[in-house]
Amino acid sequence: MLKDKYGKEIDEILSRYPVKRSALIPLLYIAQRDHGYVTESAMQEIAHLIRLTPPQVYETITFYTMFNLKPTGKFHMQVCKSLMCALVGSDTVIEWIKMKLGIAPGESTADGLFSLSVVECLAACGTGPMMQINDDYYEQLTEDKLDRILADLRSTGTSPLKSGPFMWPEPVPSGRGA
Amino acid sequence: MPKHELILLKNMMQPGYTGSLTDYEKTGGYQALRNTLGKIAPPDVTAMVRKSGLRGRGGAGFPTGVKWGFLPKDYQGPRYLCCNADESEPGTFKDRQLMERDPHQVLEGIVLACYAIGAETAYIYIRGEMVLGSKILEYAIGEARVAGYIGQNILGTGVNVDVWVHRGAGAYICGEETALLESLEGKRGLPRIKPPFPATHGLYNKPTVVNNVETLANLPHIVNKGPEWFASIGSPPKSTGTRVFCVSGHVKRPGNYEVPMGMTVRELVYEHAGGMRSDKPMKAFIPGGASAPFLTPAHLDVKLDFEHVAAAGSMLGSGGVTVMEEGTSMVWAALRLMEFFYHESCGKCSPCREGSSWLVQTLRRILAKRGRMEDLETLSDLCKNIAGRTVCAFGDAAVAPIQSTLKHWRQEYVDLINEAEAANLIMPGQVGIGR
Repeated sequence: MLKDKYGKEIDEILSRYPVKRSALIPLLYIAQRDHGYVTESAMQEIAHLIRLTPPQVYETITFYTMFNLKPTGKFHMQVCKSLMCALVGSDTVIEWIKMKLGIAPGESTADGLFSLSVVECLAACGTGPMMQINDDYYEQLTEDKLDRILADLRSTGTSPLKSGPFMWPEPVPSGRGA
Repeated sequence: MPKHELILLKNMMQPGYTGSLTDYEKTGGYQALRNTLGKIAPPDVTAMVRKSGLRGRGGAGFPTGVKWGFLPKDYQGPRYLCCNADESEPGTFKDRQLMERDPHQVLEGIVLACYAIGAETAYIYIRGEMVLGSKILEYAIGEARVAGYIGQNILGTGVNVDVWVHRGAGAYICGEETALLESLEGKRGLPRIKPPFPATHGLYNKPTVVNNVETLANLPHIVNKGPEWFASIGSPPKSTGTRVFCVSGHVKRPGNYEVPMGMTVRELVYEHAGGMRSDKPMKAFIPGGASAPFLTPAHLDVKLDFEHVAAAGSMLGSGGVTVMEEGTSMVWAALRLMEFFYHESCGKCSPCREGSSWLVQTLRRILAKRGRMEDLETLSDLCKNIAGRTVCAFGDAAVAPIQSTLKHWRQEYVDLINEAEAANLIMPGQVGIGR
């Protein structure tokens, strides 16, 4: 049960809103974090917690693309294919990943490590092509960088190539014009 | 350094600036709050913002002070401020930088806005994908709470403002203000029919203001330096201040550039963004995010302010400038954007829900060299029947890429269709969209 495991966090979230239903998306995020995807029993429990019917939870969760209703790989790679990234090579990125991992968009590798999705704009158009893996952005992708990211994830579960606080172009040292 | 004055990106351009509370205070941060709370009456703050000419930076460009003025003055119950940080317009990536690099600038703007409109609760609705941004904001809110800039009895003035970060979950439409409110209420993000407007019936049916991140980040500066100063920047009287333009596509140095409004596209692209990435000349650009119609190099001297871009047949929108070089297929470009709108249509209104799917299929067919000349008529006809016939502005935005590419590059469509007809790829007896 989520309530037993995350009781304090759930109470804190509920305290932010005068109307319980507002806590729905934040609570679904807890469920997804807990299990990798949102299970039916989690939906039922959340419905009970905020006094909704299970269909009200289901109708809401299916509107939003960020909730997984079935298991995904440990690393969920979501590559942007919208125009701005496509102009600078996102199709090549997608093909490269497909070739390296042997999976098509919507599929996961047999070892359960990687899933690939092709998604619409993630608001990193100036640093495309880019993708999101779980919570992290990876930008200005090249084939070489993709290889390193995949290798890092396989060996350590994370990669130093992920983006930090965003700023582009980066500030130049004083004295050289911007 | 840039010739013009930076307002929003000034702090973060300094080497070593981390965006922490200490760093922000060193640059004069939260002075506006100290000088306003309990010292200037809330209606006077609204008047100041109105006088500055500040207009919404999210896309629609509605005057901020006027929007605040729509709140009922005698209403006794709670009011809300929502900071629209659901940055999802393709081509736009400025709010992400403002939040991740200088979060306190946004927070100070939020508290000032709350004070002006009498709201004690603000929600920052940030797009779900920006996990790092939401963590940075939450940390900054914690810092500001400890320092007494957010919470109960701020700076001993008796003013209460609580700020919460609320993550969306991957729906473009939630950037539309009424869809944002629905989403914040824990429902599907379907835009509401207006009127009533959020100013009277917003979040939980209470008076609500929804303002973009960049809009709010301007407030501390307007308070500090005065509305006259702000109104003198840019392209007065109707487009005052700076804009953080997000340049993407085939340029040498894509990125965020803060420039006074009214700068020409030529100067922004060729001087700030370094010009085209190769020796191929420019073929097309979008001046204000995916919702803004395409323009051609003939429009390079158009001034980037609300009026001039509108007069050129497009819109300044969210400030996302996307540049395409010669050799880019405009039918392909229109399809890529159309696929975006098809994917993101919320499904509430049939013209948009069904029409966007129809447009995508027709475009795919033309691009696959299986089109017919009548398809062009179908495209224009569909566009006319979507725009203006939906609850929100999404319908108008969705047809912009097709209408504008048909207008400026009709020949590319015709050539693809001619190729199809020459190759005799059309099978007799196959009609309709499923071909």
